[in-house]
Amino acid sequence: MKKFIKNILAIALLLFSTLAYGQEVEMADGMRSEGKIYVVVAIILIVLTGLVVYMALLDRKIKKLENLLGEKNPSK
Amino acid sequence: MKNWLKIVAVVLLFYVHIGGMLVDVPRLNILNETIRALYFHVPMWFGMVLLFLLSVYYSIRYLRNPLQRFDHLAVEYANAGLVFGILGMLTGMLWANYAWGSPWHGDPKQNGAAIALLVYLAYFVLRGSVENEEQRGRLSAVYNIFAFAAMVPLIFIIPRLTSSMHPGSGGNPGFNMYDLDSRMRLIFYPAVVGWFLIGVWIVSMRVRVRELEEKIIDIENEKVY
Repeated sequence: MKKFIKNILAIALLLFSTLAYGQEVEMADGMRSEGKIYVVVAIILIVLTGLVVYMALLDRKIKKLENLLGEKNPSK
Repeated sequence: MKNWLKIVAVVLLFYVHIGGMLVDVPRLNILNETIRALYFHVPMWFGMVLLFLLSVYYSIRYLRNPLQRFDHLAVEYANAGLVFGILGMLTGMLWANYAWGSPWHGDPKQNGAAIALLVYLAYFVLRGSVENEEQRGRLSAVYNIFAFAAMVPLIFIIPRLTSSMHPGSGGNPGFNMYDLDSRMRLIFYPAVVGWFLIGVWIVSMRVRVRELEEKIIDIENEKVY
């Protein structure tokens, strides 16, 4: 009987350890559960938006220059 | 470049930046949360290869039919591709510092990519060293074909033949290690398309600036004569 309990305990420990092993890879779970990840997302989106708007404005500026030269030089 | 393509690029990038941070990723040792860098680092290289491919396409067209427009397109696609490559290199070094232990390991993939970037840098050196416009166009178009033919084995073949720590080489086929998870593909491929389209957008603007330059030079010449 003693042996049986020992075996059961050993198997239980083994199972627990494998369960623990499955969870062992550390990820930023804390940051996610606190919702702070949304701060990061918001910040990178602001940078992305800014760059895209800047590029769109640059595009428009080139368009204006093209029109300007086109008017001056209708033959081209 | 069509306006709707620009909007597609921006929408895709927004999707990638949100999804890349929030969607679940596989839990892997060593990589941990940095696996998300895949959404930003790898699209740089995919974008570079696609831009270089377009560059070589316009170089070949230039050799068949020497229009100045093709030369402009070839050089600007190579230029944007080089920028993507440099960004890919910098992001890769930062990632390697944490995943491999140091930014430069002399890994075949890193060395091959560095040599490929140098080969493309030499393309611009060559262009800068020839005065005559047609000669410059022809020489650099031929060089561009060789540069592309050198880049492909340097980045895709040699690292596969030797042992490399970089995923997708040294016997590791593709991204299998990560992409067991199809969730990552759902963000990775849009990232490639989005960044590539941004590259095309930049190229289209730079080509237009070059054409404006040519027009201004024409006007100046007409004034002189």
